[in-house]
Amino acid sequence: MEQDAIGDLKRDYINRLLAEKKRMDGRGPDDVREISVETNVVTSAAGSARVRWGETDVLVGVMVEQGTPFPDTPDRGVLVTNAELIPMASPFFESGPPRPESIELARVVDRGIREAKTIDLASLCVTPKEKVYICYVDMHVLDFGGNLFDPCSLGAMMALNTAHVPASKFGLGEDFKLKIDHYPISCTTVKVRDGLLVDPGLDEERVAEARLTVTTDENGDVRAMQKGLSGKLTFDEVKTIIQSSQRVGRELRAKLGLGA
Amino acid sequence: MGGTASTHKLIRDDGKRYDGRAPDELRPITIQAGVLKRADGSAFVKWGDNQVLAAVYGPREVHPRHLQNPARAIVQARYNMASFSVSERKRPGPDRRSQEISKIISEAFEAVVFVEQYPRTTVDVFIEVLQADAGTRCAGLTAASVALADAGVPMRDLIPACASGKVENTVVCDLNKEEDNCGEADLPMAIIPRTGEFLLLQMDGHFTYDELMQAMEYNFKALNYIYQLQKEALRKKYATVQLEEPFVLPKREEPPAVESGADVARESPAMPPDAPQPGEAPPEMDRESQGGA
Repeated sequence: MEQDAIGDLKRDYINRLLAEKKRMDGRGPDDVREISVETNVVTSAAGSARVRWGETDVLVGVMVEQGTPFPDTPDRGVLVTNAELIPMASPFFESGPPRPESIELARVVDRGIREAKTIDLASLCVTPKEKVYICYVDMHVLDFGGNLFDPCSLGAMMALNTAHVPASKFGLGEDFKLKIDHYPISCTTVKVRDGLLVDPGLDEERVAEARLTVTTDENGDVRAMQKGLSGKLTFDEVKTIIQSSQRVGRELRAKLGLGA
Repeated sequence: MGGTASTHKLIRDDGKRYDGRAPDELRPITIQAGVLKRADGSAFVKWGDNQVLAAVYGPREVHPRHLQNPARAIVQARYNMASFSVSERKRPGPDRRSQEISKIISEAFEAVVFVEQYPRTTVDVFIEVLQADAGTRCAGLTAASVALADAGVPMRDLIPACASGKVENTVVCDLNKEEDNCGEADLPMAIIPRTGEFLLLQMDGHFTYDELMQAMEYNFKALNYIYQLQKEALRKKYATVQLEEPFVLPKREEPPAVESGADVARESPAMPPDAPQPGEAPPEMDRESQGGA
């Protein structure tokens, strides 16, 4: 939370607007910003997606390599998710080892993709106990305009949706398209002093007291949740956020033509 | 969720879980306050087969200095699993999982500690998982909360934490390791008991909306009970101190009567003003063997 005078002014402004059900960029409190998705933007990657989500711009690349499975899942491929908050994306990002923020981002995106069984990891097994495909999902934040969880989740899913497993490169037969079984959509809502804002912009995120990300699937079932920041949420607020996440998921899937 | 197949049925034919618990039943929990000498505050929690130790230092000077906040204290929690706490040796040191958990636990505590009273300082919370059997972040948070109170850090309330989930299509309270690995959903939660507000909320797996509400209900019930255990643990520590070193008044004609026990409640820090008095029964959580008392 921003402590300086400008932060206080913005906080008042955001809350004053919210009283009239308005927001700084003209949206209503429950509206998601304009979203555009471009796939296969990087040919060197097995799959990729560029997501422009309001002022936030994210590029996700999927690379598939071969490796050994984890001992406890010998017949399943491996999914590895990583987020890079590179310094070009924001004056607040610094180079160096990953900070808790980027670790949390990567793990929340990973949870949504993994728990919704987006890809069938069994289809990435070559020889049980010995050889499987490892699917790396690397999320590059290019421009940070608030709310990284949702653009990154969407980018990761769309990049996987276009990915081809380069089997021939490893002498393991023909290349094949990665099969996508489910389309989880993540939706983040923040609580500011006087209410809830879906899909926070940069300034809204900076004055937010609490944050809740909810990932839902085609059936509206909940696959992952993560609360963040040190504010509190009431039970009613949690229920409202889950329900609006279900709605946003439904709308976004329809808009992108996913999971019919 | 792990999604690995279990070797045994997790829900028996009689509706009980394979360890004999009912769906809404917690594992046995004992909480001990003030178990370490050097730390400003400490607590030990045994929760089923979990063993978790928590220690608190501070408010104290922040290093490195650039982390200082001129307006308030920061809370820095460090959740760490001992290499021997799980059956496959865990590589020592922080990994991504533990860093994420440390972050959300720090955030939860910043909501209850009166951080504005201690500008430019840090309250360091160390959580060591000595033996892990699922639900360690919740056991850790529960222990750390008691340790903070033991350290005398002013707080709005104690924080209990618990994880409910789903196994074999049944919503169950307080997952154990087998249920966590083979179950279908996991919902760790921590609240401020006095207001019911959420401080920590995570979920992974697959819940319908109704199942999620059921799991939250189990958690609320469990958290209320754990809250009583936390308070009990603090009372017990201060009561013990009194028993070991009874205060004897110098001999006079009319020694004023000292009610032992009267000071106990007052000396427990961070106690809400409307806290139930010692001896008040914890809410029904159908299990008698559970410790604390």
